[in-house]
Amino acid sequence: MREVAVIGVGMTKFGEHWEKSFRELGIEAGYRALLDAGIESKDVDALFVGNMSGGIFLEQEHISSMVSEAVGMTEHNVPALRVEAADASGGVAFQQAVLAIASGVYETVVVGGAEKMSDLTSIGVTDAMASMGDRSWEGLFGATIPSLYALVARRHMAEFGTTKEQLAHVAVKNHYNGARNPYAQFRREIKLETALRASPVAEPLGMFDCAPISDGAAAVVLTTLDNAKKLSEKPVVKVVGLGLATDTLALARRKEITTFKATVAAARRAYEMASIKPSDVDVAEVHDSYSIGEILAIEDLGFFKKGEGGPATEEGRTALGGEIPVNPSGGLKARGHPLGATGVAQIAELVWQLRGEAGDRQVKDARIGLAQNVGGVGGTAAVTILEVI
Amino acid sequence: MPVPRYWRYQDQRYNLAGSKCGVCGGVYFPQRPLCPKCHRESLGKMERVTLSGEGRIISYTVVHEPLIDYEHQAPYIMALIETPEGPILLGQIVDAEPEEVEIGREVEAVFRKLREEGKSGTIQYGYKFRLKR
Repeated sequence: MREVAVIGVGMTKFGEHWEKSFRELGIEAGYRALLDAGIESKDVDALFVGNMSGGIFLEQEHISSMVSEAVGMTEHNVPALRVEAADASGGVAFQQAVLAIASGVYETVVVGGAEKMSDLTSIGVTDAMASMGDRSWEGLFGATIPSLYALVARRHMAEFGTTKEQLAHVAVKNHYNGARNPYAQFRREIKLETALRASPVAEPLGMFDCAPISDGAAAVVLTTLDNAKKLSEKPVVKVVGLGLATDTLALARRKEITTFKATVAAARRAYEMASIKPSDVDVAEVHDSYSIGEILAIEDLGFFKKGEGGPATEEGRTALGGEIPVNPSGGLKARGHPLGATGVAQIAELVWQLRGEAGDRQVKDARIGLAQNVGGVGGTAAVTILEVI
Repeated sequence: MPVPRYWRYQDQRYNLAGSKCGVCGGVYFPQRPLCPKCHRESLGKMERVTLSGEGRIISYTVVHEPLIDYEHQAPYIMALIETPEGPILLGQIVDAEPEEVEIGREVEAVFRKLREEGKSGTIQYGYKFRLKR
């Protein structure tokens, strides 16, 4: 298999873009990535798009053709493909694009991720998101996605003594980081008390334990490592590890709910491919759609032992300047979480970090970065490892 | 939800009908045509079993931001219930205050209305749970 590198990244600011359509968001992220890569759209062999639910949010399927046309690639009838794995759509699309180049089929590929959520009402979004889980056996019975994460959180608290304060520290840290990210939806720091006294969503989770409703798009340009070395004037970021895994769609059909086995399996595969261990990772972007998700992630990825994720967060070990900075972008909580865009935005953030272009939120001397993107309540996990050469 | 999609699971949602593998004895809910451990060996050997509806709470939450058609029920309690037969069930806890609910409490299934789909849609029924007192 050929080695693959990222030569360009770009994204829109995440947030409530009332004036912008899905197409416009996609175009903005796409041209920024192409400009960053220093190539033109005619140099692109294929387009991969991560999008969770054009069907519900836009009443529009066939997102592949729609995006291809919007970014001007139907001029050359470029092959385009939409990838869907709930809110892991972006991360899975990225991995599929890497494999397509590694296989020798394509030389240069653009991966986009996009979601336009704010056209629906808040309850409409809650309902749309329930399709990440098992509609027939969870949604029908009244379970929202935050309520399923709340069940995980309560159990984690009971088994390991994790506290609401520790969960709140995830939000406080990610807002601190988001305040330093120009692309973040929330660019303000919050106090611990603010997070703790927020209105409840699904107890023990409150508003500050949950990622917001967001619009946004992100894009990255991939090519072979050989091309990248010739083309790129910036540090070349190589894809060194990929892992993808599934678990049951419904939370109830798992024996254990305080670990996401899909994350564990995807991480094992990615670490093995990259020939590294968890302690080699310098910076991580993980899936904190709910605060408990980040606690699970840093345990399941092997950064901390099971049950130690809460205390580690409280002690600042995952903060900027900590031993393993997690979500320097602000994560899903503060950067925002346009479902299908998130996995691609994680890759963009890692590339900025590894090139040393992350400004006020830069992790010092970062060489190896890891992204963990989860679909639903752990039904899918994609773990990707990048290294700057 | 289209009527047939609801209707075809009536036996499971009304009667807690699950499947037992005739090869390994594993019990599953909802029903499965094949055992995920025995695969083709279990073909034609999956038997219908009825869960007792008894169980113990392994986790719970109080939902304040509900789904569409659940607005008038909020806040409501949802829990994961571990059954003596093996499967874990997800359902609402009814006839209880949130302060009474705790991990480890024993519950029993009750047959209840789940939701009404809008003003003119179907009324859907299924299992919920109440605390054993």
